[in-house]
Order: sequence, then C-alpha cells, then structure tokens
Amino acid sequence: MAEEAILGYLEKNEQISDSGNFAAERGFDHNDVVNVIKSLHGFRYIDAQDIKRETWVLTGEGKKYAAEGSPEVQLFLAVPAEGSISKDELQKKLDPAVFKIGCSQAGKNKWVEMGKQVSRKVQNVEDKVKDLLLQVQNGHALSKEEISSLKARKLIVPQTWKGYSVRKGPNYAPKRKKAATDLTRENLQKGDWKELEFKEYNFNAKGQPAEGGHLHPLLKVRKQLKDIFLQMGFEEMPTNNFVESSFWNFDALFQPQQHPARDSHDTFFLEEPSTTRELPEDYVERVKRVHESGGYGSRGYGYEWKREEANKNLLRTHTTAVSSRMLKALAEKPFAPKKYFSIDRVFRNEAVDRTHLAEFHQIEGLVCDRGLTLGDLIGVLHDFFSRLGMSKLRFKPAYNPYTEPSMEIFSYHEGFGKWVEVGNSGMFRPEMLLPMGLPEDVHVIAWGLSLER
Amino acid sequence: MPTVSVGRDRLFAALGKSYTKEEFEDLCFCFGIELDDVTTEKAIIRKEKHLDEEGDENDEEVIYKIEVPANRYDLLCLEGIAQALRVFNKQQEIPKYTLSDVSKDSMLQMHVKPETSSIRPYVVCAVLRDISFDEASYNSFIDLQDKLHQNICRRRTLVAIGTHDLDTLQGPFTYEALPPSHINFVPLKQTRDFTADELMEFYKSDLKLKKYLHIIENSPLYPVLYDQNRTVLSLPPIINGAHSAITLKTKNVFIECTATDLTKAKIVLNTMVTIFSEYCKRKYQVEPVEVVYADGRSYVYPDLSAYNMEVSLSYINHTIGVSLEAEEVTSLLNRMQLHAERSASGNNQWNINVLVPPTRSDVLHPCDVMEDVAIAYGYNNIPKRKPASVKPLALNEFSDLMRLEIAMNGFTEVLTWILCSSKEISTMLNRQTDESTAVVGNPRTSDFEVVRTTLMPGILKTIGHNKDHPKPIKIYEVGDVVLLDEKKDVGASCRRRLAALYCGANSGFELIHCLVDRIMEVIGTPFVPVGDDTGYYIQRSDEPEFLPGRQASITHKGKHVGTFGIVHPEVMSSFEQSLKNISYVD
Repeated sequence: MAEEAILGYLEKNEQISDSGNFAAERGFDHNDVVNVIKSLHGFRYIDAQDIKRETWVLTGEGKKYAAEGSPEVQLFLAVPAEGSISKDELQKKLDPAVFKIGCSQAGKNKWVEMGKQVSRKVQNVEDKVKDLLLQVQNGHALSKEEISSLKARKLIVPQTWKGYSVRKGPNYAPKRKKAATDLTRENLQKGDWKELEFKEYNFNAKGQPAEGGHLHPLLKVRKQLKDIFLQMGFEEMPTNNFVESSFWNFDALFQPQQHPARDSHDTFFLEEPSTTRELPEDYVERVKRVHESGGYGSRGYGYEWKREEANKNLLRTHTTAVSSRMLKALAEKPFAPKKYFSIDRVFRNEAVDRTHLAEFHQIEGLVCDRGLTLGDLIGVLHDFFSRLGMSKLRFKPAYNPYTEPSMEIFSYHEGFGKWVEVGNSGMFRPEMLLPMGLPEDVHVIAWGLSLER
Repeated sequence: MPTVSVGRDRLFAALGKSYTKEEFEDLCFCFGIELDDVTTEKAIIRKEKHLDEEGDENDEEVIYKIEVPANRYDLLCLEGIAQALRVFNKQQEIPKYTLSDVSKDSMLQMHVKPETSSIRPYVVCAVLRDISFDEASYNSFIDLQDKLHQNICRRRTLVAIGTHDLDTLQGPFTYEALPPSHINFVPLKQTRDFTADELMEFYKSDLKLKKYLHIIENSPLYPVLYDQNRTVLSLPPIINGAHSAITLKTKNVFIECTATDLTKAKIVLNTMVTIFSEYCKRKYQVEPVEVVYADGRSYVYPDLSAYNMEVSLSYINHTIGVSLEAEEVTSLLNRMQLHAERSASGNNQWNINVLVPPTRSDVLHPCDVMEDVAIAYGYNNIPKRKPASVKPLALNEFSDLMRLEIAMNGFTEVLTWILCSSKEISTMLNRQTDESTAVVGNPRTSDFEVVRTTLMPGILKTIGHNKDHPKPIKIYEVGDVVLLDEKKDVGASCRRRLAALYCGANSGFELIHCLVDRIMEVIGTPFVPVGDDTGYYIQRSDEPEFLPGRQASITHKGKHVGTFGIVHPEVMSSFEQSLKNISYVD
C-alpha cells in the first residue's frame, strides 16, 4: 500500500519532498512509510535523502495542564468572585503542586491579592498556557517567546523528527519485483526460475559454520608422526602400560638412585600398587653391580644400590621405560637389528603452567644395530626432523644419565629468528646395554621429543 | 640442570678475552653449556621483590646465568667454567694437581669415633694453604659450597661441607657422635652458645636451615667435629661454629666433608680443593689430611690421583663415525681437560691412554671419553649417515588430509571415471569445448571420448544415477584431471582437483560456502577483504555452468583457485536431474 503509493506517486511526480506530509496526507503511519522507503532505497528503486525537523512535545506536566487547565487558572477559579478566602482554606481545595505553582503564577500575573486572605483582583482571566499547550499537541508552530516560556516551565521538550525526501532511483520501476533468496525445487518444477531476480550474496561475510565433527589437532599430528616413523621403517612399541617400576623406568637405564629426577617432587610414585611384584632377578643383580661398582669397562657410581628403591612403582616419566624392556627382550634372542618408535603419554610431578605439563606425549625413536655411530644419529635426526619441516638443525653437548654422547637438538625457527631446542638424543650407555646381554658392538641411538611442544 | 650466576666482566677477565653475547653463546653451545639469561644483580633483587621500575642498566654489573650439565660439578662456579673454557680454547694447559709434601708425622689428623657410624659414617678433609681471597673469589667459594649442597649433596643428606679458618683451630681433630645435650657451642652468625637440642629448636624458624633439620633430628646422637681444645668446628649437616668462621682475610682453609656416601664426599672435596687451589700460593697444590678410624684404618685425603683408562682408537672412531688419527684424538681430549697419550695395542692398532683428573668425576666409562672427543671435534662437524627410508609424495599426503577433513564435514566420497564424453565437459556444462582437453583417438563408446578437464561431470552423473536416493545428498571427490601442457614431454599433465556437491530441496549454497571456509581454515589461510593477497576472499563470478548471480570465485593468495555456485538448471537437466545442486572445484 505505502510502497505502491510511493512508487506510483514517483511515476508521475519528480519527488516526495517530505515523507511526514506524504504519510499524513494519505493516512499512513509514518513509521510504516519509513520502513518501505528504507527497503526501496536498499534495492535502489528510489533515492532517499534524510530530513530532520525539531518539534516540541508536551511533558507529563504539560499534558496534565492541557487537559485540566493551568495551575494559575485553577487557583483563580478557586477564589470566590466576591470577597475573599483564607489561604489555608484555599490550599485545602487544591492539589499541593497546583496550589504552589498557581500561587506564584497568579500572583505574578496580578490576578489575585495574596495575603492571609486571598481575593480576586480581576474578574475574568484567559488560560493562555492551556491554549498554547493544546496548539503544541496539535502540531502547530509557536512563536519563539511562547516556546521559551513553556520550555522554562518544563511543560514542553524538543524532539527530533526524522523523515525522508524521495526521488526515483537507478532501479526505479512502478512495481517492485520481489528478489528471491534461493532457488527451490518449486522454482524448477514450475519453471519460473527464468524470471527470478535474486538478492545479491554478501561475500564479505563468511559462510555459515560447519556442522561436521573434527579430530583433535594433537592426535592428527600424532598420526602424521606415526606415518613418518613407519616410512622410516620403524616399528611401534607397545606403550600401553602407564604404571611402571622404578627399576625399568630408572635403574635399568643406569640412572642412579639419588638422581634428582627420582625425587617425589619430580615423579608420581604410586600408593597403590606401591611396589612391583617381580623383576628378572639375574638381570637385577647385574644392574645393581653396574650401579655400585661398574664393570663392562665402567667405574660405576660407587654407592649402595637399594632394591626397595627399584621396587617402587610410579607413573612412567618417559617411554624409555618401555624401550628398556624392549631392548632387554631383544637381548634374550639371537641379535637382530631393530628400529622402534612410540608416541604415548608420560607423567611428571609438575605444577602446570605455560611451559610445564604434568602429563604429555613423548615421541621416541630408537635404532639398535651393530656399528652405529654418532653420524648415524645425526643422519637419522636430519631425516626425521626434515619431515616435520625442520631442515636446519644443530646439536649441543648435553648430559643424560643413560646416554653418552648426549645431544640436545636445536632447530632454527624462522619466525622467532633464533635456535630453539626441539628434542634430546644420544647413544645409550654401555652400562645400560651390556647388563641386558646385548653384544658389545651393538649400539643404540635414540631421540625423544614432546608432541605438545 | 644447575644454573650458575657469574659476573660477565670477571668471567671475560678470567678468559683473557671479551666476547659479544652471540660469540659467547656460540662458545657455550659448542662446549655443552648454555647461556640461559643475561641480567644484573639489581634486576634479580627487583624481580625477587616484584618491583617494576627499571634501573640504569649501564651502571650495573652484568650477570650471566649459565646452565651446566648436572654431572659436571667442576663447572658449578666461575673459576671452574673459566678454566674449562680456557683449556677448551687451548689458552691454558690442563692443571696438574698435587698434594703438598708433608711428612706423615706433621700431617693433620682427623680421628673418627665409632659412634658416627650410626648417623653419618664418613668424613674426608683437606687444607688449602696460603690462599688469598678477594671479595669476588671469596663469594664464589661460598656459592660453590651452596651449589654442591643443592646438587650432588642432595640438600646435605649425602654430603655436608664445612670450611674453617685453620689458624683459629688446633689439630688433631675428632669426628664424634654425641647426645645433643652434650654439644654446646656458638654457631655461625650468633653471639651466644646453644646446646645442640636448643639449636634445633632455634632453627625451626630459620627459613634457610630448617629444611636440613630432619636429617639428624630423630637420631639420639648428633654428628659433631672438635679440635684438640674441644672447640666445635661444626654440627653437620646443620651449621658451623662461629669460632672458626672463614673471612676474606683467612689464609689457611680447613675443609671437612661429612657424608653418608663416601664416593660423593670424595668428589665434593676434590671439586672444592682443585678449583680453589688456583688461589693458593703454590698453585694447584693441596695439603692432605689423614683420617684415622678407631679400628686403625687410616686414609689420606684428598685423593687427587688420576684415573687411568685405556680406550681403543677404533672404538672412538667407530662410535662417533669419524676416522681420526691418534694424535688428533689426544689433542681433542686435552681440550676437554683429559690427559691423553697414544699407546700401541698391537696389530697396528692404537689405544688412547687417558688420565682422568680428579675434577672429572663424570667420566665413568670409555663412552664418556668418546663423547668428549665428539664434543671437542664438534657435534656439528660429524658427517651424517642417512638411514634408508622412504618419503611419501607430498601431493598425495595433502590430498589424503583434505579427503579426511571433507568427510568429517559430513560429505561422502565418490570415485568416478576419469574418461567421459566430450559433450559432458562442454555443451552439457553450457560451455565451449575446452581447447586444452586430451582426446581419445579410438573410443569404443561415446562415454570414453575425452579425459576429464573438470570433476563436475562425474559428480553430476553420480547424482543423476542416484535420483531415488533420499535427499539431501552431500558428496565429494578428490582426483586428477588432465590438461594439455606444453611444458611436459608428452604434452599433457594431471592436475589435482577437489569437487563437492550438495543436492536437496534448497540450493544448499551456504553449506558449500561453509565447506570452502573450513578447507581454508584447516590449511591455515585467513579470510581477508577482497584484493588482500595474504589470505582468501570470495567474489561474484560469471561462469556458464552456474546460475548467474548465484555463484562465486575463490581467490587464494592472489590466485584464482576455484568457483562455487548453484548449478545452472539447464546443466542440471542435461544431467537428468530435476533437483538443484551446487558444485565447487578447487
């Protein structure tokens, strides 16, 4: 209706100069007209220019006086035409606010004589305030003085009125074609798709959010690392044993019993099951000897090795605990070279913060073969890390109780512009391998890193 | 790993050379220590007190915090680090540590009472004669004890060190274990005397000392050291006596280490005396002390003898993966403070005869010697030996990752023919015949006339052949198309493409749009405004196979990579579908 009226009017006329007048003349609600104008403007059927007007509206007080008359007139009428009335009695006849304002205004207008007794000074008064208020209510313009007198008494407030002036737009048509938002089965069946005009897509916004599920990013990376190991010919170790004995986690690795890592503030020891039930006794004996007095060419650590320490159960602090079991098993058969890997959870008694986790995934790779050298380790690390996108590596001498030599692996981080430690590596010590029963010329090179890092 | 704080300027003075931070970091890296932090004394204090204001850094002494390996106790102070680096840089010969020539009769003695065996059975001692401290070296001497206590001594449980001004004492000394109430002395930093049980109570509120009380607290006897005049030297492992406290002016230092682990006690004593004998009048000389047990056993400490190790040259070469001559190996070992000489082992083979000095308690096995050769040679100079392995094809790896991602967004994978009829890639797609199409010369049927140039016909045919399948249908394909290519010897090459299609009662345009977004998200490309070459953006396109105004092109880092839109109804009908769908090609 409003839309048809606007488009129809513009077909014959140059412009609609004031949407307010246009609405009023045709009996439309101005808000409805504004909505239609905005929509037609959006589709460029018309061009709309903002117009603003300052108008005045009555306050609550103003509305009241417009209906009931101004307080001064109410007061005047309460005073008898002849004689006088006591002020107290007059007050009782009127609303307190009306009485207060009425007294001052009627006094100012010299309509009444104020004292203990109140009497009229003139016989007839005109309620000019009420008349003015009614004019404002009906949208008539007032003079500047009239406005300011009403404004001063807080009977009217300004209000900004917004409307439009409207001309034909570039897409003007006497009748709007409704733009389709989508192509439907119905359109195809009816064949009316040819006539359809589509609402333009907004490609500055992204599409709606996807509904599909996702895999965990860390486990996606785990899968990629697993693929890398498999491509490099490594076999996965069974690491589904979080509970481990100190023996396999530490002692078998030639890690002395007073080593700080074996403190309770670094390792989670178990209350239940608190100790391991069995260990391979002859091997335990060889491990004890190598810790206490060495052998296999070593001086040993020269301390009293305690079985109770080795029996303590813990949550494994590294997957190397599994490696030590695997290497021991390997030593029991005629020697065959092996490449092993694992990616699984390990536990450290750490307060969790930005750079520390109490549990994380350790990635470990090891190669066990005759005649392996540090050059092999460096080579395999280059191969492994280049597959992760780190081709610039260098190695720093480091200390690990169970590897010698030990190398920290640093990779150049282009983003940070510096060398960043990415892992640790080394050759397992003879004091670890020989008590297991591996042949003397068998070397084991190994490295580890964290999946989370 | 332990961290040692040293004054940079003092360190450089000791090294006889100034380094830039980067040069010094490099030297550390090669040697196997790490410059962890650069700070100043005042900055450390500010940090402790959580103060924010910046000091004038230029006025303050720069402190290097250096991380050292946990088994290198000889590197726990500036003197040790400086000496190791000087030798590593060939600026200094390896020091030869000797015991001063004292006759057995004039040697100081420490008598050990049998009761000590129940609480802390071992003691080892030594004397540094004619030492001259300055403030820095004195502080370093105190700090080293603290570092040793925290590391190898396992917070004094295994070993506790006491250092004394020998000139205030008179030997022979005794090491005893007595009931606490019988021990009475003025402890360090106090002015009145305490009995040992009072002292234990007193230190319960001492932040630094209370953590050591448990070591002896529950024992009926406490270990204690006396001199000849019953002056208490120390109540190990808690506190020394005030009487024999050392000062900057102390000339002769008596060092005692009481222990529950004799091996570690010897290492600790050796570390202390070897490092600080540098400041003695007779450099690198230490005066021994005889420790006499009640049963008549007697030992002279410190034991500065070198440990002899024979390591075969071939073991070193074969384990590192190098072929060094014996002379090279010995000179490399000298840089790591290990005396080494070659010796013949027969069969034209060389052995390396290594003398491990008392400072290098970390050398347990020939593998430790081998490591030192590798470090001095330089880990980063060792030739790498590449293992046999295979590498996957990056293109297929990427395709497989994409296939998984799209399936996870609810699309089902289809596998369609590579060959198709020529009209399926032209007129049926509202297109002209593509000039870069590879054409089959002898097709048996019209279904196999050309090699596809787009995945669209296959995926549309799939819908056409499955008209009765309940809607909506969401399918995708990742596969190769062939385009003529002059750069190839044969004149044509494969291109990997991705297509996804939605078919339902409405167009599903938003679903395909969201798939585009998701793919860009997983490959790490941000959504950017049109014209920005750092990510991807989407613009209106005008392709004949899609409905006009219902289609868009995808630009990835400035390059057009694909189009998506509502398939043109005429195209749909060519493929025998009465439903609408969208295709997207990457």
